[in-house]
Amino acid sequence: MSEHPLLSVRDLKVDFPTRRGTLKAIDGISFDIARGEILGVVGESGAGKSLTGSAIIGLLEPPGRISGGEVRLKGDRIDNLPAKAMRHIRGKRIGMIFQDPLTSLNPLFTIGEQIVETIMAHLPVSEREARERAVHLLDEVGIPAASQRLGAYPHQFSGGMRQRVVIALALCAEPELVIADEPTTALDVSVQAQIIRLLKRICRDHGASVMLITHDMGVIAETCDRVAVMYSGRIAEIGPVADVVRAPRHPYTIGLMGAIPTLDATEDRLTQIPGSMPRLDAIPSGCAFNPRCAHVFARCRQERPEPIDVGSSKVACWLAEEDGSRTIVDKKKADQLS
Amino acid sequence: MLAFTIRRLLQAILVMLVVALIAFTLFRYVGDPVNQMVGVETSAEEREALRERLGLNAPVMVQFARFIGHAALFDFGTSYQFKQPVADMIGKRLPATLELSLVSALLALLVGIPMGVYTGLNRDSALSKFFLSVSLIGISLPTFLIGILLIFVFSVNLQWLPSFGRGEVVQIGWWSTGLLTTSGLKALVLPAITLGLFQMTLIMRLVRAEMLEVIRTDYIKFARARGLPDRIVHFRHALKNTLVPVITIAGLQLGTIIAFAIITETVFQWPGMGLLFLQAVQNVDIPIMAAYLMLIAFLFVVINLIVDILYFLVDPRLRAERAVH
Repeated sequence: MSEHPLLSVRDLKVDFPTRRGTLKAIDGISFDIARGEILGVVGESGAGKSLTGSAIIGLLEPPGRISGGEVRLKGDRIDNLPAKAMRHIRGKRIGMIFQDPLTSLNPLFTIGEQIVETIMAHLPVSEREARERAVHLLDEVGIPAASQRLGAYPHQFSGGMRQRVVIALALCAEPELVIADEPTTALDVSVQAQIIRLLKRICRDHGASVMLITHDMGVIAETCDRVAVMYSGRIAEIGPVADVVRAPRHPYTIGLMGAIPTLDATEDRLTQIPGSMPRLDAIPSGCAFNPRCAHVFARCRQERPEPIDVGSSKVACWLAEEDGSRTIVDKKKADQLS
Repeated sequence: MLAFTIRRLLQAILVMLVVALIAFTLFRYVGDPVNQMVGVETSAEEREALRERLGLNAPVMVQFARFIGHAALFDFGTSYQFKQPVADMIGKRLPATLELSLVSALLALLVGIPMGVYTGLNRDSALSKFFLSVSLIGISLPTFLIGILLIFVFSVNLQWLPSFGRGEVVQIGWWSTGLLTTSGLKALVLPAITLGLFQMTLIMRLVRAEMLEVIRTDYIKFARARGLPDRIVHFRHALKNTLVPVITIAGLQLGTIIAFAIITETVFQWPGMGLLFLQAVQNVDIPIMAAYLMLIAFLFVVINLIVDILYFLVDPRLRAERAVH
């Protein structure tokens, strides 16, 4: 068993059948998450980041469906499990944290009720033990006077505190993997860093791996071990954070890094990638990024590049394959590459 | 909570005063009360004596105050037609109407809510589509037609259930109940269905719409992501969030059921207040009409008060506590 990665996604495809044809929202992505690892998933809105998370945990909203590939948790397939078996994986083995803590908690139940019911749904404990555990968890995520706050309703907490409660809820049955879908996007900037640090610490303490979905490269750089860059439902580049951030190989990743403002930048304007991500019903043939790519050549428009090993990363770009013959024009990045 | 209740009580009293003013105006100015009471051959002196005895010569404000004072003691005068105290007549009829209305409301809730939950969760199933089609009939057919259809099928053709009246009743103090005898229960079935069908379909559609809304929310998605069983997600987390609008509508509808039991009571010759009211209208029996108006207003006010208090119990956000950060 131990040779299996904790989570293994192979050639995962998610379709949305519509009246005007099938939209391929996720089109064949593969990646692994090792035990204790934090994988960042980054990309623009609509790149399929959140859908990947929903597909793994089996909560795709109809008509969305997994149309191909497989998801394995410690070697066992989980993408085709019956609903009841999948329920025992959700919460128990894979926890999930959503974007908006203000709406993630049911407003009509106390946080104690919500934590206790979750613990009791997964662990064979009495209600009293579940309550003790709930207090312990709230304490761990930094809710002051936890035992008195069990009877409080979500609206009595601030956004940051609610996200702490959500983290406690996601971790209360000791899952092996936590999927955090933009856990700080809806929060005040001043508490974002706190929550990310908390998430990282608590997952390490509980030995849980994390799939951190975000569009914030800063968060990725600080938090993650590896990062996957998604574009149009495909993975453009995946590799160790240090390599991808400092030496991006895919022109899209390069553009993404270039778009991060720095304090010592001399330009007045932020650099940006021209154009926008294609709509799902108009993904170009070949590489999905080709209309926006500065280095596009004929092959990009005809054949879709598969991820190939480049150093410790995988990059889905024909440039990477023909690295010897073509050089990336961006001088600054080229320097970093060597 | 207490301050809120007191505030609502004061508002309720204000509403009742306004209704009393309308009832009083009705009583005093729709025709001359004296003309309604006496015959054609009564002399002018006798009329004047009666006018004096009834206090109709006093200033309007005094009369109004007197009317309210009497109304507060459930004294609404004497029926022109029956020459009996109106309060007694209504007291005799009230149990019949309240029993019919409450049974209809219970029927509407107990059938309507589960049907709404089912159709909300299984929107594409054949049974849901069947329920929705049937509910269209419930919403669009007029009550009297449903009543007559039910009588035709179950009383005339099948002869299972009586077509009119209340059956045998048992007297408990001043309250006469038909719920304790077989014939009373049998007599209740058709009118209760007739009266409750519209509300039932309304509640079903409301719960369905609310469920569709609620199951798309983040907290339901998060509840699923926590691996809670469907039963808990649907009936604990989702259903409770649909309750606030359902309580509002159900409360208002209960008032409507009581007020509009008139038609059903007429179709089934149910000896309730509605039937009494209809007779009063035909005979311009103003005291009964005024008393009925006051009573229905009172019931609406009480129901609204209960609904407001139920909100508090269901939704913690309404309880006046300050958020703690």
